[in-house]
Amino acid sequence: MANATANDDEAIFKAVQDAVERHGNSREELIPILNDVNHEIGYIPAKAMHEINRLLKTPESHLYSVATFYRMLSTKPRGRHVIQFCESAPCHVVGGREVWETLQEHLELAENETSPDGKWTLITTSCLGVCGVGPVIVIDDDIFGNVTPDQVPDILSRYS
Amino acid sequence: MKTYRSMVLVSSDTQSVERGANEVFQQFQQEIKSFGLENEVSLSMLGDVGRHDAIPMVVVYPEAVIYGPVKPEDVHFLVEEHLYKGRIAADLQASVKELSGRIAWLSARKGTLPAEQRIVLERAGLIDPVSIDDYIVHEGFESLGKALTQMKPEEVIEEIKQSGLQGRGGAGFPTALKWGFVRKAAGDMKYVICNADESEPGTFKDRVILESDPFNIIEAMTIAGYAVGASEGYIYVRGEYMLAQERLRNAIRLSEEMGFLGKNLFGTGFDFRIIIHSGAGAYICGEETALIESIEGKRGEPRARPPYPTTNGLWGKPTLVNNVETLANIPAILRHGAQWFRSFGTPGSAGTKVYTILGNVNSTGLIEVPMGITLREVIAIYGKGMKGGAHFKLAQTGGSSGSVIPSSLQDTPMDFDSYKLAEVSLGSGALLICDERTCVVDLARVLQNFFRKESCGKCGPCRIGNQRAYEILTNISHGKGTISDLAHLGEISENLYQLSNCGLGQTSATPLRDIMRHFKSEVDAHIKLKVCPAGVCPMHG
Repeated sequence: MANATANDDEAIFKAVQDAVERHGNSREELIPILNDVNHEIGYIPAKAMHEINRLLKTPESHLYSVATFYRMLSTKPRGRHVIQFCESAPCHVVGGREVWETLQEHLELAENETSPDGKWTLITTSCLGVCGVGPVIVIDDDIFGNVTPDQVPDILSRYS
Repeated sequence: MKTYRSMVLVSSDTQSVERGANEVFQQFQQEIKSFGLENEVSLSMLGDVGRHDAIPMVVVYPEAVIYGPVKPEDVHFLVEEHLYKGRIAADLQASVKELSGRIAWLSARKGTLPAEQRIVLERAGLIDPVSIDDYIVHEGFESLGKALTQMKPEEVIEEIKQSGLQGRGGAGFPTALKWGFVRKAAGDMKYVICNADESEPGTFKDRVILESDPFNIIEAMTIAGYAVGASEGYIYVRGEYMLAQERLRNAIRLSEEMGFLGKNLFGTGFDFRIIIHSGAGAYICGEETALIESIEGKRGEPRARPPYPTTNGLWGKPTLVNNVETLANIPAILRHGAQWFRSFGTPGSAGTKVYTILGNVNSTGLIEVPMGITLREVIAIYGKGMKGGAHFKLAQTGGSSGSVIPSSLQDTPMDFDSYKLAEVSLGSGALLICDERTCVVDLARVLQNFFRKESCGKCGPCRIGNQRAYEILTNISHGKGTISDLAHLGEISENLYQLSNCGLGQTSATPLRDIMRHFKSEVDAHIKLKVCPAGVCPMHG
């Protein structure tokens, strides 16, 4: 997900310009633009906000109010890999809590924390719509279903 | 179209792909080629059949043999045995006992399993969701042609009215009435919005509909546009549904190329175009006015209603907002007629309903059955009974904002009228089945946690009430509950219901209210005896 580092200004400007070019520079396209930038950079840095403000002629206060509203958008840097754990009821009643506890123990992270080496960010999420195979965790764009606590180390070891 | 001796379909829904369906598909491509069967065997992708116990799944027609779960290394053997030598590879066949859905429907014709009734999922699992040819061969765009060339807009609305179709998003509002409001609303510019922001926990029916039969939604929206006088449509798809978005983009592009979308459709002078808008993760955007705000590029905070979107919707213009499942019924109704549609379901609730079955049952997944089926039937027939022979304790219908119903209500027919009388909500069609290992306090806590996070924060009752209810329930689960907590929870749920601005807030206390009503003794045990009867809550610290 995070192909560029936060300091890479050029990558940020390019991500914003590409997104604006793809969707057009009208205010109604703000969410698709923010989505694309978030996906490209891993989060939406302040510099990206300046650039979007310049291109869309929309106040930054509005940009931040939108960016902080939606779960899939982040204005803070995240780890190289983002782990989303579904904490909704359908996953909960089929053993979700044990998976969540194992994840926290294994990563030594609490909810919304990023590991010191910048590898992992652990977040909880509401239903992801793959409830037929709960408990579900999503790492970056990969979905893992029917997860049991003892599978957690194996799943995490696939990411470098 | 070219004809083939055999047709191979590989399941390609999100979950199959996760388990290696793409590799299986590629392996088939290679093996079919290496056996020199390219001209005899066609290979396509298959949408979600609704069952996930045998995926990736491979279906071979005309025999309708189902293999699964299939691994890439099985493919060579399968091609050699079934396609080259013509023998069914029995060892790799999926067990019929494990399957339901479309597969059950196929088996039911042989008299082995109870059938579903599929209307909105009619083509799911039978056609290639990325091929417009396949859609057209299966009666695709027939209804659009009929509506545009043989019916006046008012006649389309009348037909829908006669069918008795009610909104499938949860509220059950009569569809034709809503269409009529938008048709009659003043203004030249009107919009049709397909609400595909399916975020109610436990619900994934819309994802399956969009992934397995995307052209059906394109056709339905265009018919809706014609009926209400709109020339632009938006599909608001939740951000997590990447595959559904991809399939829709493909469907829109192909429909435009073939002249089923765009200008002067069927030579009638009617123009219609469809734009996909991706969400970014917010449960509240399933509320229609929040969804409209979000399309306009703002925070998804619900507007005050009235005025309703039917007169003041997107950009302040009259707007029709319909759920995916509601729209998916439209082409079939126009094709077969209102009377045909009414022959399914109950007199008060016509047609079918798609349910997702989840929780502690042997077989989870998705079914489409006539309105009026009971929960007991769903659990016994389609859920294949409770897991491990456990006892059924409660079910939550319709996602987090749905009702929690005890076993005493499991024989109530699931239709809009019967559920209304029993004061429970049918909601979005999620059926979360729980056995006696589920603690109601723990369940309520998880649900309030969902709402405290998903509340948009615009109005106080919802923002504060759900947070407070979560704190109280957490205290109770840690053995710190007091008698006064019961009164506070009652007060909070009443305030949420009475004072919240939108449907999210108003229904957020539904499960809590139901639990206090049906399972009060269990809550009492936590508070008075400091005991969790199910042994789930920590009861200390």
